[in-house]
Amino acid sequence: MLSIKNLHARVEAAEILKGLSLELPAGEVHAIMGPNGAGKSTLSYVLTGRQGYEVTDGTATLDGEDLLSLEANERAARGVFLSFQYPLEIPGVPAMTFLRTAMNAQHKARGEPEVSATEFLKRAREVAGQLKMDFDMLKRPLNVGFSGGEKKRMEIFQMAMLSPRLLILDETDSGLDIDALKIVADGVNALRSPDRAMLVITHYQRLLDYIRPDKVHVLAAGRIAATGGPELAHELEREGYDKYARAA
Amino acid sequence: MTLSLALEARDLSQLPSRRDEDWRWTDLRGLIRELPAPSPEATADVSAGPFGTEGEAELLVVNGRVCGDAGLLVLREGEARVVRLRFVSATAATGHGVKLAVSLAPGAHLTLLESYEGQAPDYLVDAALNVRLETGARLERVVLAGDHAEGVSVSTASVSLAPGADFAQTVLTDGARRQRLETRVEHPGESAVVRMDGAYLIADRRHADLTTAVNHSGTDGTTDQLVKGVVADQGRGVFQGRITVSPGADRTDARMGHHALLLSDRAEVNAKPELLIFADDVACAHGNTVGALDEDALFYAQQRGIPEAEARAMLTEAFIGEVIDRIVHNGAREVARAWAAKRRVG
Repeated sequence: MLSIKNLHARVEAAEILKGLSLELPAGEVHAIMGPNGAGKSTLSYVLTGRQGYEVTDGTATLDGEDLLSLEANERAARGVFLSFQYPLEIPGVPAMTFLRTAMNAQHKARGEPEVSATEFLKRAREVAGQLKMDFDMLKRPLNVGFSGGEKKRMEIFQMAMLSPRLLILDETDSGLDIDALKIVADGVNALRSPDRAMLVITHYQRLLDYIRPDKVHVLAAGRIAATGGPELAHELEREGYDKYARAA
Repeated sequence: MTLSLALEARDLSQLPSRRDEDWRWTDLRGLIRELPAPSPEATADVSAGPFGTEGEAELLVVNGRVCGDAGLLVLREGEARVVRLRFVSATAATGHGVKLAVSLAPGAHLTLLESYEGQAPDYLVDAALNVRLETGARLERVVLAGDHAEGVSVSTASVSLAPGADFAQTVLTDGARRQRLETRVEHPGESAVVRMDGAYLIADRRHADLTTAVNHSGTDGTTDQLVKGVVADQGRGVFQGRITVSPGADRTDARMGHHALLLSDRAEVNAKPELLIFADDVACAHGNTVGALDEDALFYAQQRGIPEAEARAMLTEAFIGEVIDRIVHNGAREVARAWAAKRRVG
């Protein structure tokens, strides 16, 4: 599904990604682990089209289509979703309004009909229930005054509503206590399916106890330094990133 | 020195200029080289103003002439009504002034839906309102300034309040060639309450100046102010807000917020927030920010699938929405919301 080849990217003058390659087939969950500054967040922003992240070499395709030439919103319409490490607060825009605007923009881009208000509400109630969210929270301005845990839950809520194909979770466990972590992980696991792929970016092995990856990649100094099974995450937890950082 | 004095006396030297501290950003003397002929009596197309049919009565002022019963603005004890007050400038290259009195007896309640409607270019208009609220009277004033891009417009409201009066206003404008919307409030404290909000959405080369001054002279008064603006192209927004807490006006609660977004490199905002406090026991706060649209929020919206232009519009509308949400009259609030959506700038 997602194919990244020899990706080089820079932020301002600094080269952050230095020849990163990765194959993520549909139906699989891959974890990306790595020390601070290795380029984890940069990878997520390059894939989603944030301004200021300049690709200098390499390719990234989604089912064969070049992602890098598309605008951020066009990538979203093709099913790319990023769960932000620090979800933004949008004062003055109720969560529901925001999400419905997003959903209809995606539908429009794909040539699908708009979602009716009734249909949308029905689905929103279902999903909020699954994520044990207070439905009234959705009437409040998006993320304004929400706790860290509530914001992450709101990310998963949006993800479930928008039903993307490629899910990128950037440090989804940060700011979550263990109960919230379980709820969020359940929400993510419910989205696992043969036609979806997930990239789980994390510092710690803890999240991977709940979202079991098929593969673990170590990202160090801008490229994939090692790839293994779930056991690699445990090894990293025990031994740290030192040897990869040094090797890079 | 005022525009109306200059118009009456046909004397350019009566125009306020940049040398007057309060007018430094809204220079009229440098702009107006010649005073135009007095506006004629005019029949304009006055079928419907921006507030449509909200409220139960309308007072029309065309080219400075009151067409109708100015008594609509005088409320007896306990009386309540919603009035549309429309200032229409209908004739190009002419000038006019007008003065009106608004008077609310104890316990009266007026919702004033005030509009400035520029139907021709190059006019000069000076409108002055003298407002008096007796004990327990309530006035909500919603001003929609829809001047012509080539009009020059000054509106001044001088408001005096009795104890326990409640004055709330929201001024909405998209500017003019030069435009000043000024409100001065004599606040007696004594549980009187003032809310003074505003929003400006300026594009092209328009100019809008929201100037307010509140003077707290007694104890236990409240003033709450929120002004927000969005300026694009070569537009210019001016906010001057002064709250004075006189000696002895203890337990005054005064809050002022002014926040503006600049959407282009050549857009300009001049802000002068002032809290002058001469009493000891007060709760006063002010915040003033001028910045660009939050790029992080913009990317967040785009990442969810919202195209950039739509995301920008959504964020600026939400920014202004905070002011509009505070309008109490339901119909006026919806008119204001539609106004903001239509005037998306940038």
